[in-house]
Amino acid sequence: MPINLEIPKKYKQLVEQANMAATHVFRANSRKYDLAEHTYPKELDMLAAMLDGMEQGGGLDGAGATAGVSKGAAKKNGSKPEADPNAVKNGANLASVLGVTEMCWGDTGLLLTMPRQGLGQAAIAAVATPEQLARFGGRWAAMAITEPEAGSDSASIRATASYDVDTNEYILNGEKIFVTSGDRAELIVVWASLDRKAGRGAIKSFVVERDNPGLHLDRLEHKLGIRASDTANFRLEDCRVPAENLLGSAEIQTAKEGFSGVMKTFDNTRPLVAGMAIGVGRAALEATHELLKEAGVKIDYSIPPHAQVGAAAEFLALEADWEAARLLTLKAAWMADNKKPNTVEASISKAKAGRACTDICLRCVALAGTVGYSENDLLEKWARDVKILDIFEGTQQIQQLVIARQLLGKSSSELR
Amino acid sequence: MPPQSPTLAERGMSAGLKAINSIASSELVDKAGLRKPLEQLLFNGSKQSLKAAGGAARVFKATSQLGKPERQPRAKTSDLFDLTPTDEQQMLVESVKDFALDKIRKAAHDADHDAATPPALLATANELGLAMIGVPEALGGVVESRSAVTAALMAEALAEGDMGIALAALAPAGVSTALSLWGSAEHQSTYLPEFVGDKPPVAAVVVAEPHGVFNPFELKTTARETASGYTLNGVKSLVPRAAEGELFIIAAQTENGPALFVVEGGTPGITVEAEPAMGLRAAATGRLTLKAVKVRESALLGAGDAKVYRELIALGRIGWSALAVGTGQAVLEYVKVYVNDRIAFGEPISNRQSVAFKVADIAIELDGIRLVTYRAAALADAGKDFIKQAALARSLTAKYGMQIGSDGVQLLGGHGYTKEHPVERWYRDLRAAGLMEGALVL
Repeated sequence: MPINLEIPKKYKQLVEQANMAATHVFRANSRKYDLAEHTYPKELDMLAAMLDGMEQGGGLDGAGATAGVSKGAAKKNGSKPEADPNAVKNGANLASVLGVTEMCWGDTGLLLTMPRQGLGQAAIAAVATPEQLARFGGRWAAMAITEPEAGSDSASIRATASYDVDTNEYILNGEKIFVTSGDRAELIVVWASLDRKAGRGAIKSFVVERDNPGLHLDRLEHKLGIRASDTANFRLEDCRVPAENLLGSAEIQTAKEGFSGVMKTFDNTRPLVAGMAIGVGRAALEATHELLKEAGVKIDYSIPPHAQVGAAAEFLALEADWEAARLLTLKAAWMADNKKPNTVEASISKAKAGRACTDICLRCVALAGTVGYSENDLLEKWARDVKILDIFEGTQQIQQLVIARQLLGKSSSELR
Repeated sequence: MPPQSPTLAERGMSAGLKAINSIASSELVDKAGLRKPLEQLLFNGSKQSLKAAGGAARVFKATSQLGKPERQPRAKTSDLFDLTPTDEQQMLVESVKDFALDKIRKAAHDADHDAATPPALLATANELGLAMIGVPEALGGVVESRSAVTAALMAEALAEGDMGIALAALAPAGVSTALSLWGSAEHQSTYLPEFVGDKPPVAAVVVAEPHGVFNPFELKTTARETASGYTLNGVKSLVPRAAEGELFIIAAQTENGPALFVVEGGTPGITVEAEPAMGLRAAATGRLTLKAVKVRESALLGAGDAKVYRELIALGRIGWSALAVGTGQAVLEYVKVYVNDRIAFGEPISNRQSVAFKVADIAIELDGIRLVTYRAAALADAGKDFIKQAALARSLTAKYGMQIGSDGVQLLGGHGYTKEHPVERWYRDLRAAGLMEGALVL
């Protein structure tokens, strides 16, 4: 079949439903929880319950947050064998991107704090054994990777896990920061090293119950944006977890093997974060378009931009950037759905969407003037929210590193 | 029915790449790389003076009359998001790309210098069927269905060899595509059989004019209605292979807005002078002066419909974006090798983030232009509104196409500024892709 870059009809309903939730639950509460940072948005409980039901019924494949990917993928590829294995698929990755885009068009902070949709669940679904899945699956799980001295260089984390033969437990020690939903989640997936001298292969993830007495909440961050989402800092002090809570293999893998497995989940999650940025960017563009219309500025797509008024020309350029970001994101997700290696494309989508949508939101604020800058409207909020999307799940610069290393055939020791 | 010309299948296209490869590596082309053809010298000699348009030699005459215009059927559409080209597209692209990287790239430096593409290269391009990609099968065309995507893929592949040569080779296809899409039965009977023959006419869609802040929807070239047709007056800029031009589709302002006119090269009142530019030099660009050029009423294309004109402009911009993608890809491939080989401060310069990140940025923005361009072309193929999408592709091409050209030179430093490397040519060519109007139509 020919090249086609339109959204398949089968996702029309998904997008509409997600948009409805985004409009009536997220947008409606957007400013409220931006102002009331650290207050739990109780309105989400009902929506989350509804989403759970729909996902179980298969009605909202991937419209939730990050965890939707792996859950959806397992469902799609496990239970429904395709007639032609070479036939092109539009599956869970694409659907998830479409879902998060709509939700973040509503509110990014609220999406990030959707109960049971945390990033940790993606990690669990990716590597958990059947019995781990039975114990942890479907619960709200947060991800604790970053440390004060280890941000983008996640291979250099210092948190340790030592095995206690007597109790068959791991004892975790260290400090974790920037844990999204860390306060609200039921489980925290903690990255720690079994042997700090053994390098990346010794880094493992451990599921810690939120009420574990060895897990101390230090504080919640006050942030530039996504204030509806709590960001927790933890101390782990002789935090004991059963040996069965180690996700994946307990063996210390050689060199990069184990670590690259962890990195592989980024191939699925980076296009999702790109999709989030696209949602926020679209919100800003739509609001700005309305304001331009009210001001009598008409955008013409045939007349060259230089022959139009400046605001129209600028708006058109922003739309173009947004469209490039959107299609790059769909491409990365499409590749994931079709089992094509997409490390470069996933990073390209995240790099482009992160920087373009931040730029779009900030410029839209300027085009909208004080309307854009005032708390009376949401443009200023989107411009604050969107910045995180060029940072978490790998900063702009990390994406550039990933892309450049692959294109130029460089190792991480050559291109540092 | 016009005489049946060989189909792509008969040319060996769908049977495999064997036949194509033999064409691409034929002596005809090799000769082009070895000597400066006589024709080229003759052309250079004529560059400095005004002369009548060169197409007087060919007489366009319908061998048989069509009852109604033929249109290419639309390609099948898919509901799935899919970036996989069809088998036919893959074969076409592979053969064109071989030709582009092997032959066109090698000829590009001299063609740029001489402001002319070797005729033998253009002959090979014609043998590949480039001039008739938009012609309906009933009129001797070879591609099953109307496909701007196919045309975009071909333009991209050619421009990875060289944008100027690609423009020279594709400009006639712009005219045949426009005639196929919007031509009357008379237009088609008269002109299209020539495009499927061995020697398609030198032709171009002529829109751009030499004045600042040019807007193709407010043309200074005018078409005044007379008792017997129209009289055209004005000046047109950067017309590919203008001096040899045998057939033009010329944009001019009528009382009802801009419209398109089919004008033969030999029509009295047309004069041509060479107009070499910053880049695209291999396309032998020229300036067309129209002084009281009289054409019959039937010269009006697409009944002067505003939608036809708007679509032609948009299809042109998609074409320029596709060319930019091809040349941008050439930049990316070239700098990847260079920055890995180039040693400074004791190690490859690609070990530095400031260098490596520029390469990453080229890759990011290039693929962005590519996807937005493909979507515009695919929307056109599906019969949907593609005007906005074309404008978005255009915007990206103007901004990032130029940036890629600039970064290509920057990454090679002083070496990039010299003609020892092709990046300075790509810098010049990529600037054109965001500002040109018309000249080609996908």
